[in-house]
Amino acid sequence: MTVLLEGIAVWKTYGNDDVLKGVDLKVHQGECLVVIGPSGSGKSTLLKCLNLLEPISSGSIRFEGEEIAHLRRGEAAAVRRRIGMVFQNFELFQHLSAEDNIALAPIHVQKEQPAPARQLARDLLRKVHLPDKAEMFPDELSGGQQQRVAIARALAMQPALMLYDEPTSALDPETVGEVLDVMQELADDGMTSIVVTHEMSFAQRAADRVIFLDGGKIAHSGSTEEFFSGDVPERVARFLGRIRA
Amino acid sequence: MSIFSPHVMLGYLLSFGFLHAALMTVWISLASLFAGMLIGLLLAAGQEVPSRIIRGAIMGYLWLFRGTPVLLQLVFAFNVLPVFGIVLPAYACAVLALGLNEGAYMTEIMRSGIRAVGPGQRLAARALGLEDRQIMLWVVLPQALRIVIPPIGNQFNGMLKLSALVSVIGVQELLLTADQTASMNFRYLETLTVAGIYYLAMTTILMVIQVFIERACQRRRGRMPTASPFKLLSPANLGTVR
Repeated sequence: MTVLLEGIAVWKTYGNDDVLKGVDLKVHQGECLVVIGPSGSGKSTLLKCLNLLEPISSGSIRFEGEEIAHLRRGEAAAVRRRIGMVFQNFELFQHLSAEDNIALAPIHVQKEQPAPARQLARDLLRKVHLPDKAEMFPDELSGGQQQRVAIARALAMQPALMLYDEPTSALDPETVGEVLDVMQELADDGMTSIVVTHEMSFAQRAADRVIFLDGGKIAHSGSTEEFFSGDVPERVARFLGRIRA
Repeated sequence: MSIFSPHVMLGYLLSFGFLHAALMTVWISLASLFAGMLIGLLLAAGQEVPSRIIRGAIMGYLWLFRGTPVLLQLVFAFNVLPVFGIVLPAYACAVLALGLNEGAYMTEIMRSGIRAVGPGQRLAARALGLEDRQIMLWVVLPQALRIVIPPIGNQFNGMLKLSALVSVIGVQELLLTADQTASMNFRYLETLTVAGIYYLAMTTILMVIQVFIERACQRRRGRMPTASPFKLLSPANLGTVR
């Protein structure tokens, strides 16, 4: 399996605060990697560093075989087009309908014609099971629906990799399932993804590997089977016990 | 001579001179407002760039035009520019001074609109691979402009009344026309009342237009308007005078 994204000794400092202290990770083509860990362990920062939304302090990030950690602005934007990202609070563009949210980047970044871009948006809305919501604005959609539109918006750039930053943490419990289902369908279709989540049922179903981040370091990493067999260090077992309770 | 003659007042109200003066008031106000909006939009976007020189220059402009009376700026444009060989017609001086003054206030309004668009929206746009200019153009400004519609309406309202100042440099607008008309026959009550009626008519029309724009914006987002036009005409929305 080819390695799609690789972080080597990724170190991130805010002021005097070391948020990431030398994180090594690899994601292979087609793999679903789940990142778990207590709040403040650096999970979100790790994702933002991986798609260059935050510059790293030291270390290296390789994407599709190329070093990307220290690119100029324009080149960094080009890399981000290949990496989709989904946020905890959806961050749909409030002034645009679902369809226009999805078509915005294809039209203005890829310079596609509006008609095919809108067609693509409608196809993607079908893919996330929202075929009849194209004209709706974000404030008319439920949280789960908004998050699925946000996933479609990221997919519109045909990314090689999807990053999910706690995609269900801001949702009502009854809409969590519909978002996780879409994520799992994408993973099953071979979309490479890194998912920061507390949803252990999702990890169990969809993840190939799980890493446990604690205090800015990878405290444990292993296959999904191993993680849920109970054969994990004490610290990890305690965390798993706590979030399942 | 009776204290108040309705007949004389009606004559002024329907006279060509007052109508022309009212149009001049509208023209000066609209031109100054649009100049101000353009300046405000550019400078507010300019304040987001990293260059210290650009940001410093913008700060200087705001400091100068918000820190001195607009009447001074007006008289300055009219009397001092010719010294440097720049001779402009009075109405052009009026639009120049009012537009530059308005630009300083508009910069603050536009900036508050831009800041009101949350950082998460920019982050999401960056994550999609948009570059800074595209983010400003397609994500931040469209949302910011909706936020600033009510304060811009207030500015326009203020501008209609502020434009009376340009009478001091001899632009034939409402106040000067009323004043000159009265100086011929001392019918101040009638002439000034007519000017007042014109101002009220213009500000009322403006407020109605503003309500429609706000409702149209809400409708586009699929929501029914929440406030009645009468509610929006409450004293709180009647604008401020500088």
